[in-house]
Amino acid sequence: MSVLEVHDVSIRYMTGDFKNIGLKEFVLRKLTGKYCVKEFWADKNISFALGKGDMLGIIGTNGAGKSTLLKVVSGIMEPTKGKVKREGTVAALLNLGSGFDGELTVRENVYLRGAIMGYTRKFMDETYDQIIEFAELEEFQDRMFRQLSSGMRARLAFSIASLIQPDILILDEVLAVGDGAFRKKSEAKMREILSRGATTILVTHALGQVRELCNKVLWLDHGEQVALGSTEGICDLYQQFLDKKINLDQAKEMLNS
Amino acid sequence: MIKKMIQYQFLFEELVKRDFKQKYKRTVLGVGWSLLSPLLMLLVMRMMLVGFFGRDTPHYTTYLFSGTLVFGFFSEATKRGMGSLRGNAGIFSMATVPKYLFLLSRNVQALINFLLTLVIYFLLAAFDGITFTWRVVCLIYPICCLTLFNIGIGMVLSALFIFFRDTQYLYDVFLRMLTYLSAIFYTIDRFSPLGQNLFLLNPIYLFIRYFRKIVIEATVPTIWFHLLMAADVVIALGMGCFMYKKYNTKFLYYI
Repeated sequence: MSVLEVHDVSIRYMTGDFKNIGLKEFVLRKLTGKYCVKEFWADKNISFALGKGDMLGIIGTNGAGKSTLLKVVSGIMEPTKGKVKREGTVAALLNLGSGFDGELTVRENVYLRGAIMGYTRKFMDETYDQIIEFAELEEFQDRMFRQLSSGMRARLAFSIASLIQPDILILDEVLAVGDGAFRKKSEAKMREILSRGATTILVTHALGQVRELCNKVLWLDHGEQVALGSTEGICDLYQQFLDKKINLDQAKEMLNS
Repeated sequence: MIKKMIQYQFLFEELVKRDFKQKYKRTVLGVGWSLLSPLLMLLVMRMMLVGFFGRDTPHYTTYLFSGTLVFGFFSEATKRGMGSLRGNAGIFSMATVPKYLFLLSRNVQALINFLLTLVIYFLLAAFDGITFTWRVVCLIYPICCLTLFNIGIGMVLSALFIFFRDTQYLYDVFLRMLTYLSAIFYTIDRFSPLGQNLFLLNPIYLFIRYFRKIVIEATVPTIWFHLLMAADVVIALGMGCFMYKKYNTKFLYYI
C-alpha cells in the first residue's frame, strides 16, 4: 500500500522571451515573428512509489530537475504528463524564505506563515511562544520583519515549519539553517520531525545525510531518472560520478549489470 | 465549498489584516487620507465644473459625488486587485493555497473603504437638500453587483498582470478614458438618443446611473436596467473565472 505514487511524470518548462515583456512588446514580437519561447523538459518520465515511513533521497547535480519535481509532488505545480497520487496531508518545506512581508511585525508574520502552512489559529495561539523561543527572537517580536537579518529570518521560517505533522513531508535542503549553535539545534529538530514516521522526500547535496537517513534514493540527471533503488549502491556510484571517476553512461551500465 | 471556506478562513483573515496594514501603513491618518483624498478631488471638481454643468443639473454636488464614488470604488478595487497575484507570488510558489484568496482579500479592503465613503456621501447628500426615501435600500443591489463586477475584472487584470508587465500602465490609460466616458461630471441629455443608448454599454455608467436615480430622482430603475447590470456582472465574473481556471497552473512559470 503506497502513500505516494508518481506515475511517469514529465514536466515541461518554458524559457525565452515571454517573461518580463509587456503586452505592446508581445504583440510587436508576434507580428514580426520574433517571439520565441523555448520549451524543455525539466523532468522526463519519472516514476516511483513510497510506502508509509519510507524516506527517499533525491540526488543529482544542479539543473537535474530536483526542485521542479518536488513542486509537482507537493501539488504546487501540475505535471505536464503523468500523474501523482497522494494519500493524506502533504507539507512541502520549499523556498522557506519567501512569502514573508517586510512591512508586518515578526508576530504578524508568524501568524500569516502559520495560516499559509495550514495551521489553525488555536494551534498558533498555543505554539506561538514556543516558535519564538526556538527561533531565539524573543526581543524582536514586535519589530518590523524587514529589520531582521537573513539568519534570523531563516531561523524563524524553520521554527514555524518544524511544527508541521503531515503524512507526507517534502524537504528541499532545509536540514540545517543558521549559525553553529542554531545549526545543531535545527538538525536535532529535523531528526525529530523525520522520526515522526511521515513518508519523506529529501533533496540535498549532502550525500552523508542521504546515506544516514534515507532508505531509498532517486538519482536524476538533466531531468532523466538515472537510478532508483536502495541507498548504498547508488550513493557509491554517484560519489564516483561526482569525482569524475566514471561518466554517466558507465554508471548506468554498472547499475544495469 | 463550505469545507474549503472553514479550512482557509484563518488564512483569509490574516491576508485581510495584512492588506489593511500594507495599505494604511499603520497610520491613523492612513484611513482618514483614503477618505479625504476623494473628497478633496470632489471639492475641486465641483468648484471648477459647477459653472458649466451645475446650472441645469439639480443637486449637482450629489450628481458629481455619485459619479466619483462609484468610479472611485471600481478603480480602487480593480487597481489593487490587479497586483494581487504578482504581489503574493512568494506565497503561492511555496504552498498550495487557492489563488483567488489574495484577490478577495484586497476586495474586502476596497469594499470597506467604499462603505466609509458612502457614509460621507449620504451626509453630503443630506446637506445638499436631498430627502431620502425608503428606496435607498435598493442601493444594496448596485453595491453587491459592483463588488462582484470588481472581483471579476480584478481576476482578469491580475492574471494579465502576471503575463504582461505593462498591464498597469495600459490600465491607467484605460481608466482615464473611462472617466470621461462614464458621465461622471456631465449629463448625457445633449447626446442623440442613439448616443444616450450607447452609454448603457458602459457598466460603470449603469452603476452610477442607478445611484443617481435612487438618491436624486427617488425612482427605482426598470427591471431591464437591473437585468442589464446583472448581465455585466455575469460576463465579468465569467471571464475572470475562466482566466483563473485556465491559467491556474501556468502563473508559476511567469514569476
